[in-house]
Amino acid sequence: MAKYNVGETVRVREAHPMGHLRTPRYIMGKAGVVEQCCGKFGNPEDLAFGRDGTPRQSLYRVRFAQRDVWQDYEDCAADTIDVELYEHWLEPMAAKHGDTL
Amino acid sequence: MEKGCGVHDMGGLEAGPIDRESQHAFEWWEKRVDAMLVLLSGKDHKLITVDELRRGIEELGPGAYENLSYYERWIHSITHALLEKGILSSDELGRKMAEVESRADGGA
Amino acid sequence: MSDTGGHDAGHDHDHAPPPDSSEGLGHYNVMEIAVRELLIEKGILEPDQIRAAVEAMDSRSPEGGAKVVAKAWVDPEFRARLLEDGKAACASLGVEMGPTRLVVVEDTSEVHNVLVCTLCSCYPRMLLGLPPDWYKSREYRSRVVREPRTVLREFGTELPDDVTLRVHDSTAELRYLVLPMRPAGTEGMSETELATLVTRDCMIGVTLPGVPA
Repeated sequence: MAKYNVGETVRVREAHPMGHLRTPRYIMGKAGVVEQCCGKFGNPEDLAFGRDGTPRQSLYRVRFAQRDVWQDYEDCAADTIDVELYEHWLEPMAAKHGDTL
Repeated sequence: MEKGCGVHDMGGLEAGPIDRESQHAFEWWEKRVDAMLVLLSGKDHKLITVDELRRGIEELGPGAYENLSYYERWIHSITHALLEKGILSSDELGRKMAEVESRADGGA
Repeated sequence: MSDTGGHDAGHDHDHAPPPDSSEGLGHYNVMEIAVRELLIEKGILEPDQIRAAVEAMDSRSPEGGAKVVAKAWVDPEFRARLLEDGKAACASLGVEMGPTRLVVVEDTSEVHNVLVCTLCSCYPRMLLGLPPDWYKSREYRSRVVREPRTVLREFGTELPDDVTLRVHDSTAELRYLVLPMRPAGTEGMSETELATLVTRDCMIGVTLPGVPA
């Protein structure tokens, strides 16, 4: 079962390990709303090293307000950016961390 | 560079104007690289994944990533993956590349 | 498709024009030939397979996507199916997406969409053919997520402030296609005629479809 639901606010974890990541650094630490639950896929972080990518991970399309992503975004407040993110990179909005941006 | 950032992870970085006009014509070898990746990663072979292709390209590091062309990066990564998996050996690759080069010289 | 002018008696190569570089074959060109020949010798790939795969990719062009968009413009039921399940809808028009899933994002009078892959160059190749150099460039990948309206302006597209701009970064497994709005003044045009207005760039979202002259 997918952990997050459409409409739920989630925050992207910040981490910079070596390896093949499909979480762009510009979105780390930002909060957005789940737009779509896309189903489960093989984990690219493992597939990239020749493993079979199991357990499969839930993938989400998460929508962020551009003004929340870029400090200097001066265009329309309604503009958004949608990013595909794997479940293990997401946390509920309520999670508290010492180093949130 | 910030800690842990790959050279490929470039969303949001400063960059200049987009060159909308230049479009290089694909050479045959480039099209064949594309075809090989499609075949090797496809359901009939499943010898490498696009994830391995991407990881190999990301591991090139800043200098090579910037200096190699798009399909040069692809064939580098594909070859590396085939070597890692033991599908090719460095020895046979080296001998074959030397053979190809001498054929090309002979035909010049 | 030999770069060596047909010396390869032992291999089934087509005869392509000799390389135009006077320096001969580049290092990576040599690598490609060597890897391909080794894979063929080992029975992993066959020349016909490679040739067919090159031809299949060559046969893909933005016309495929344009056909899909034009049909969505004239057929509301197809449009709904396209937005619900892009891959299945395209398959019904004979455009096979392969293993990837397609998300079609629709432009409205209030929303405009634009596509990018910041991490590499993911692109709806089955619908549009190979991506243009600019789509894969550092400049596009870096800037369109951060200053999309400025980038669109460079492509000649000015969006009013009351239109929301949505950027889609295809970071994982999905591929996207923008379904632009049908231009005004196209009433009475046939589906085939409409398809001629749909360019590659407006299916990426950096331009809007042209208005007929």
